[in-house]
Amino acid sequence: MIQTKTLGARVFDMFNVIFMGILAFSCLYPLWYALCLSISNKAAANSGLVTIFPIGFSLASYQEIMGDMKFFNSFWISIQRTVFGTIITLLLIIMMAYPLAKKNTEYRIRNKLMWLVIFCMVFNGGTIPWYITVKNYGLIDSIWGLVLAGSLPVFNLILMMNFFRSLPKDLEEAAVVDGAGPWRILFGIVVPCSVPVIATIVLFTGVYHWNEFFQGLVLTTGEAHYPLQTYIKQMVVNIPMTNLTKDQLENLSKLSNRSLDAAKIFIAMIPMLIVYPFLQRYFVNGIMLGAVKE
Amino acid sequence: MRKKQRITAEFHYTLMIAPGLIWLILFSLVPMVGIVMAFQDYTPGLGYWNSEWVGLENFKYLFSMGDSRQVMINTLVIALAKMILHLIFPLIFALLLNEVRLVRYKKVIQTIVYLPHFLSWVILASIILNIFGYTGVINTINGFIGKEPVVFMSDAAIFRQLIVGTDVWKEFGYNAVIFLAALTGINPNLYEAAAIDGANRMQSVWHITLPGIMGTIILVGVLGLGNILNAGFDQIFNMYNPMVYSTGDILDTWVYRMGLLDLQFSLATTAGLLKSVVSFVLIVISYVTAYKVADYRIF
Repeated sequence: MIQTKTLGARVFDMFNVIFMGILAFSCLYPLWYALCLSISNKAAANSGLVTIFPIGFSLASYQEIMGDMKFFNSFWISIQRTVFGTIITLLLIIMMAYPLAKKNTEYRIRNKLMWLVIFCMVFNGGTIPWYITVKNYGLIDSIWGLVLAGSLPVFNLILMMNFFRSLPKDLEEAAVVDGAGPWRILFGIVVPCSVPVIATIVLFTGVYHWNEFFQGLVLTTGEAHYPLQTYIKQMVVNIPMTNLTKDQLENLSKLSNRSLDAAKIFIAMIPMLIVYPFLQRYFVNGIMLGAVKE
Repeated sequence: MRKKQRITAEFHYTLMIAPGLIWLILFSLVPMVGIVMAFQDYTPGLGYWNSEWVGLENFKYLFSMGDSRQVMINTLVIALAKMILHLIFPLIFALLLNEVRLVRYKKVIQTIVYLPHFLSWVILASIILNIFGYTGVINTINGFIGKEPVVFMSDAAIFRQLIVGTDVWKEFGYNAVIFLAALTGINPNLYEAAAIDGANRMQSVWHITLPGIMGTIILVGVLGLGNILNAGFDQIFNMYNPMVYSTGDILDTWVYRMGLLDLQFSLATTAGLLKSVVSFVLIVISYVTAYKVADYRIF
């Protein structure tokens, strides 16, 4: 298709390309800013001189973190939580999605179970009853509280179920003829055919567990049990106040250590930045899978 | 033989489903029992069964409280603004990106704009607080043109705008995915035919692109309805402070403070229950509408 572009169209194209570039820049800038703050020297970072480039290159903040056991303790809790949380969630979702992907004639209580699952997705008892229940289970300050208390992610379950349904029926029928039972069929045939959806769910669940901070806050009693995001929320996020005078505000920002805070923030982002290339390949699939129609 | 086989299979299906079902029951269904607290004067020492029943007293008290009105208004205003802008901005972005003819550039842009969606509000809020802080980038730039520094984050007059703006910024790329996918489904022959008929790009967008993705637009709009009381706890909790309670305190943050900090379990449960019920009704309505209007089924 050959188009003779009018002047107006060219000007539009140019502005459009620039505008898209600005939007993309705005999405990267906060990360870049955190990095710049973290490798600038303290004085420059605190006085707000750092804008686009680091000023007075210094790795002092990272050295300081190296000796901060609390930070690494929280980091380790987050790693454990993400790994256990992802494995357990994935396994349970696979085992739950497979029977639910059956027709009601093949598994006669399927529809009833499905309604229960849907009910749990669209209605919840609220934060306080949830908190009291989890507390009564004795899951405070426990890694299992952080892994399990978020309950089953129903959206991911439905994603998996819809994918299982879209697989050709012949696969399973052939296996049944060969005498394979439900477990063999599920883990020997269905799961190996479902790599895309499994990857999507691993990534969604992993991101969820890594980023979650609220449960880390309410299901723990102190910083020794905080996952990383909660640690950052409690230790780094400063609340500004206007009822302070100008001098007080300036003193406050001199006392704070923005470079160190930024270094912690940046380290907390690193795992996400590492998995991001894989993530963004799969999640588009994931969103589309969620909209599968029968 | 066949019947026996089916029953064995069903037995194994139930075994498979059991662990997930127990998980769901323990952490989703059992907590619902706690809703009784909304109708009690709950005392932790007495538990659900021995606490005093008070009927609808909590509801009455809740509605008579001075804060509750403001909190409801804040919640609705912020949630509604987010709902509308989460539809419009991603749509405009998708349409504009669709006009970019440089294929590689387009891919790079797409990859970058999804990124903020995957970062937590803890992380983004701390960076945003830095940028808008007293010695942040904005004030530094304002300083160059001779303006006095301002503490943006504790200015109640602009807090909602900051919340909605940063949330739209975080999610516009991710929310555009579904529109971009819908755009690829439009038959390119239509554009060619339109060009031959002398349509310019604006006309093509108006008469081909928009009608082509109208179904998706309606679907996204309808499904968004369920969020009418979700003003975004994670974001506001990480960005607000007592100075901006008047415009920024929402139902969820209020429930958190009332329940888990002030330990007024019954009142907090009541407020949470109101939210759950309203959300439940709206989600059901939105799903039914989505099914009828766009033939969309989630399961």
